[in-house]
Amino acid sequence: MRSKWNLGSIGLKTATLFGFLFIHIPILIIIMYAFSTDEKTFQFPLPGFTTKWFGVAWERNDIWEAIILSSQVAFISTFIAILLGTLASLAVYRSQFFGKEIISFLVILPIALPGIVTGISLRSAMSLFGIPFSTWTIVIAHATFCIVTVYNNVLARLRRSSHSMVEASMDLGANPWQTFRFVILPNIATALLAGGMLSFALSFDEVIVTTFTAGQQSTVPIWMLTEFIRPRQRPVTNVVAVFVILVTTIPILVAYYLTKEDDGRKK
Amino acid sequence: MTNVMDRFITFLFYRKSLALFLLLSPLLVWLGVVYLGSLFTLLIQSFFSVDSFSGVIKREFTFESYYDLFRQSTNWDIIIRTTTMAFTVTVVSAIIAFPIAYYMAMNAGPKLKPILYLGVMLPLWSSYLVKVYSWKLIMAKEGILTWCLDQLGLLHLLDVVLSIPVIGGTSLSFSYIGMFLVFVYIWLPYMILPIQASLERIPKTLLEASSDLGGGPAQTFRKVILPLAFPGVVAGSIFTFSLTLGDYIIPTIIGNSSYFIGMAVYTHQGTAGNIPLAAAFSVVPIVIMMVYLTIAKRLGAFDAL
Repeated sequence: MRSKWNLGSIGLKTATLFGFLFIHIPILIIIMYAFSTDEKTFQFPLPGFTTKWFGVAWERNDIWEAIILSSQVAFISTFIAILLGTLASLAVYRSQFFGKEIISFLVILPIALPGIVTGISLRSAMSLFGIPFSTWTIVIAHATFCIVTVYNNVLARLRRSSHSMVEASMDLGANPWQTFRFVILPNIATALLAGGMLSFALSFDEVIVTTFTAGQQSTVPIWMLTEFIRPRQRPVTNVVAVFVILVTTIPILVAYYLTKEDDGRKK
Repeated sequence: MTNVMDRFITFLFYRKSLALFLLLSPLLVWLGVVYLGSLFTLLIQSFFSVDSFSGVIKREFTFESYYDLFRQSTNWDIIIRTTTMAFTVTVVSAIIAFPIAYYMAMNAGPKLKPILYLGVMLPLWSSYLVKVYSWKLIMAKEGILTWCLDQLGLLHLLDVVLSIPVIGGTSLSFSYIGMFLVFVYIWLPYMILPIQASLERIPKTLLEASSDLGGGPAQTFRKVILPLAFPGVVAGSIFTFSLTLGDYIIPTIIGNSSYFIGMAVYTHQGTAGNIPLAAAFSVVPIVIMMVYLTIAKRLGAFDAL
């Protein structure tokens, strides 16, 4: 039966193949350029291979400062997102109340509206109320758009897990706290972790909202943006780019496997 | 300690609305105060004005910023340029994404499907800035694309494309074509996934019914698959359109330095220090998106998200 719907199967396969090459090759190219001996241009083919730029990048203090700031911001924002997102998803799951739809809408809004709007809004509010820029202003901004990843992941998990377990736990005499601690929490643990990982990756990579709320401080994306506009050592930028690819890709892969396993078990 | 916690939670368990209130209030306070509050502040500030003499913001209600915004034809150019780019990027992304999504949903076997899904999801989430930068490398004059075209003997083709007025430029990385290419590249996964999801939801029995009733593959595609997948396309277009409207990094790094809405907002608030005008400017994409979302809702896109 299936073959009947393979409309122009070869054409379709080719289109998909080219689509995937288009999506993936640029990322491989960045990795390749991090090993180039060429310092001034983007010459291709590469004149030679070297690993020395990794060492040069390692010695650079400005890069370390950016990495530390980015990590701090990502950790704190993720923590806040986990707290707020989980509480809200527990409330929304299974209870009916006025404005339930509004909650989901409100949580999506900070990433649904263009980043520039979120960025300028927060900045204009900060300047109006005289809040000085600091790590915390970045954290406030990041936590705001990170909530959605945790909220959606946990809510999806809660909806999939069967409520009879909660009922069974209560029937067997567990109080609500015990039920939460020993039934609900283990059930949503991987979804929480997955949401947290995505939130971390999202925060670590965010640039538009950060430019508006960072003041003089540099997160890794801000550092990179500055280097694109006024390059100092191009190969070092390439090395940092490879680092960023790793830091954002690994959590996403982990999050994917954490939630995939769950799908299999529940079906 | 746990005893207190036990009692407290048991207490809450029997008072559903209080529990609900306590669970929701942190989020509502955060998003309500920090986020909506900021959006509101932005809106208010767009009705303030800047004293042209001292550069100080006057906190009095006025339409001056909006008047400034719409009086200058350059601002209209910026709005039209950005919207046109967003529209073109959306249409082309949909055209490229559809066959990929179709293959993923309809043809790929159970082994290949998760690999393809991951293959689309990873670039979607991985570093935005790195991806933009990689295109800077690819499209640079001495870069990889020039080399490839040279090897294929097609270098003159690039020159022809770049010599097209308006969309051409000195090199790909300083032209609208280059910028367009990067936009399509960056947002493509946002288009593929909703289309794939909507195709995935079409019951296979429906396709069999169509063929039982005498519909050929082409007819089934046009009359059954396409209408059912369309909400997915609209859902994807919300992302591609909105993201292009608000982006200012791509036009900053790639392109011929003509302004886009995002850059105008950034410049007005930063170097010019004119927050009211920047605020008024950023109301433009909000309004455009609201109109867009209203149309999308009518087309049933929200069911596909």
